[in-house]
Amino acid sequence: MSHIGLQHYLIVSVLLFSIGLLGVIIRRNVLVLYMSLELMLNAANLALVAFSRFKNNLDGQIMVLFIITVAAAEVAVGLALIVALYRRRQTTHVEDLTTLKL
Amino acid sequence: MNELLGFLAWKVLFLPLLAAAVIAFFLQARPRLAAVVSVMAVVVSFILTVVLYAQYRNYPTVVQVAIPWLSIGNLNIEFGLHADHLSLLMALVVTGVGSLIHIYSIAYMQGDRSYARFFASLSLFTFSMLGIVLSNNFFQMFIFWELVGVSSYLLIGFWYEKPSAADAAKKAFLTNRIGDFGFLLGIIILWATTGSVKFSELHSILAKNPGVLDGVATAVSLLIFCGAVGKSAQFPLHVWLPDAMEGPTPVSALIHAATMVAAGVYMLCRVSFLFDPFSLQIIATTGGFTALLAALIAVQQNDIKRILAYSTLSQLGYMVMAVGLNGPSAAMFHLTTHAFFKAMLFLGAGSVIHALHHEQDIWKMGGLKSKMPITYWTFLLGTLALCGMWPLSGFFSKDAILSQAFDQGNYFLFVIGVLVAFLTTFYMFRLFLVVFLGGAKAHAVDHAHESPRVMSWPLVVLAVASVCGGFIGIEQFVQHQFSPSAEVEPIFDIMGPFAHSPAAAFAGLLVIFFGFSLAIAIYWNATSDPIPEKLPRLSRWLRNKFYFDELYARLIALTQDSLAKVADGCDRFLVQGLMVRGTHGSVEFFGRALRLLQTGNLQTYALLFAAGVAFVICFVLFR
Amino acid sequence: MSASDIIFYIFAALTLVCGILVVANPVSRNPVTSAMFLVLTIISMSGLFVLLHAFFLAAVQILVYAGAVIVLFLFVIMLLDLKEEQRRHVNRVVAALSVIVVMVIAAAIIWTIWQTKLGDGLDSAHLEGSLRAVGHLVFGKYILPFEILSLVLLVAMVGVILLSKKELK
Repeated sequence: MSHIGLQHYLIVSVLLFSIGLLGVIIRRNVLVLYMSLELMLNAANLALVAFSRFKNNLDGQIMVLFIITVAAAEVAVGLALIVALYRRRQTTHVEDLTTLKL
Repeated sequence: MNELLGFLAWKVLFLPLLAAAVIAFFLQARPRLAAVVSVMAVVVSFILTVVLYAQYRNYPTVVQVAIPWLSIGNLNIEFGLHADHLSLLMALVVTGVGSLIHIYSIAYMQGDRSYARFFASLSLFTFSMLGIVLSNNFFQMFIFWELVGVSSYLLIGFWYEKPSAADAAKKAFLTNRIGDFGFLLGIIILWATTGSVKFSELHSILAKNPGVLDGVATAVSLLIFCGAVGKSAQFPLHVWLPDAMEGPTPVSALIHAATMVAAGVYMLCRVSFLFDPFSLQIIATTGGFTALLAALIAVQQNDIKRILAYSTLSQLGYMVMAVGLNGPSAAMFHLTTHAFFKAMLFLGAGSVIHALHHEQDIWKMGGLKSKMPITYWTFLLGTLALCGMWPLSGFFSKDAILSQAFDQGNYFLFVIGVLVAFLTTFYMFRLFLVVFLGGAKAHAVDHAHESPRVMSWPLVVLAVASVCGGFIGIEQFVQHQFSPSAEVEPIFDIMGPFAHSPAAAFAGLLVIFFGFSLAIAIYWNATSDPIPEKLPRLSRWLRNKFYFDELYARLIALTQDSLAKVADGCDRFLVQGLMVRGTHGSVEFFGRALRLLQTGNLQTYALLFAAGVAFVICFVLFR
Repeated sequence: MSASDIIFYIFAALTLVCGILVVANPVSRNPVTSAMFLVLTIISMSGLFVLLHAFFLAAVQILVYAGAVIVLFLFVIMLLDLKEEQRRHVNRVVAALSVIVVMVIAAAIIWTIWQTKLGDGLDSAHLEGSLRAVGHLVFGKYILPFEILSLVLLVAMVGVILLSKKELK
């Protein structure tokens, strides 16, 4: 363990991803759910940047740039949906939203 | 020369079929012409058979013609004809007696609305029967065997609007099926062991290598005997023949007395080289038992045709017994003479029935001697021949069988044979005395008159045959078949049996005397049967044919019920329960189980999704 | 252990700790707290980006996420006037199961990374994610996706406006 290499970054990325996934599964508040999703996206970004750096290929960074853009758009739409949902149901709690059941 | 003979043989076989087809397709509306065609076909067949026979007499070479027909793997089946002593004799009987009965039917069936159908069926039967007689292999024989069953079915059920006739036809067919099933199994086993179904090949294979059938010999013999049991109505499949009397009387004469029921005996003689001693023992015992049983039942029947039917059963028992006693030539001899006099008796009975407007109860006849002289005299000759009176044909053939039993040292069967001869005389004279002598017992008798010539002439011809059949060398002719090297006894030797085996001959004549005396004592001028009053229990048993029909009905109902119960159980528990309900139940169970997962909660789905991912990753990494 | 290594560990630890606090804060259940810790996570991650010489991305990360996305989150929280989430009954079995599943996934991936020695032989990293280099690529090789992305943003904007209208049919 002399030098920080690719795998260190990747491990950080995996752990961050897992934290985000856990948040998506456990947390009940839709907003926090969204934040967990952002965490997962960021974990992917970190992995991409690390690969880009250590493989000497700038394409990964361009991909990250695009992901950030799409994530921003997605957050905008998602939050708009949450607002619309709240207007109808007066809740941001996932357990109250069981319309996925027949 | 041989080619010409082969051609003749083909013609003999196919003329009746041609007639049947022509009548069935073109002559349904023209009954007279149909009768002419049918009679012509069988008469020409008879003449051609006589030509074949004469040729064969002069140059005794076996005529064989065959065309390859089916070839499935190792099974090569020919469609072939085989004319030797045995089959020529049988073909002569079939076409000869058949011709007379065809002619007789012209008058007997007069006015029936299905006249043409009758003759078509009769021709079809003649064709099938000749097919059995002339076939050169088991497979072909089996096909004709079934065809004979079909035509018998058609003719028994000829008056199908009568429920009893339709039932009798069904009964005959189904009972025959049981025997035929065994027959077919026997043929298959035989083919599997020896690789051939052709009689001549089988004969040479067995002659070359007698051990080839070791282990299955008894099974094969008994299964093939099954076929004969069905067709020749031996115990325990004898129940169909008396019921078959529902058919028109000429049919009873031709099919159920002279020829078809003899097919079983003929087949046994044809393949007599197959049987091992044990199965011969069984065959002989079955024959003897059937003979005794049928003779006993015949004593207390009141329907003229049924008495004759049981008599036929009893005589067939004789023939089968003869085969079992290693005397196929005696069996064939008796078959031939029996064909003559039994056909005559049936035709005589038909004549009586015809004259009395379809009255069959013997206790409503009587005093027909003066009204129907020709029928009376021929019937008397037939009765005497059947009883075995010297010097009529029945004496010689019955003596051949009894002496065979005596010579073989089988005294048990000998005694049974003699006892049956006694019973035969008794019931035949009971029939004869009640029907023809004494006073008229019903009004119909007063208007009775002799049948037309077309009906009486066949009777006369058959009477001549029954009288002479014993000493014109029939047995000597057929003996060639089974022991070609044996020295031939002289023909026209009417005293032969007394010199050859006096015990059998004198025993036979003695019981005839006793039977005759007993019948005279009981039935002379009797107006009703005294036996039911004196021996009620015995009479009831005999009248009800030892309750075989009831027993079979009970047995069949029992098997059917238990089979139905098993099937019902299978259906209820296996099909309905396990398969239908089980499928639906398991689907519903999994459906309910899976429904528990559908909570509608997003996060449950997320968890399951993650679990799935975890599972897949672990599966890929660590499998 | 060089200075950059120490900085890596500091930033990595910060990222993970803040991430955990976003998801499971033992003290507060207020979404605002989560949002705040998300900001911290993102900032420490942009530190990691700097360590990877992706300077432009580090800047974009802070600008877009900390500047725009998080502000959006806070606005929505404010808009909905969310009180602190009342503690509801949490199904402990489900929670434990979730933790196990997630840990299995993480362990499997980490084990794979470690096993395959993914980083070995690539240590001589010298790629510079400078603005110039990234700009050249974006406006050269990736010009078409870039333009499509602008359309995606437009569509998102239209969609959001549509969703935000009072009467949603």
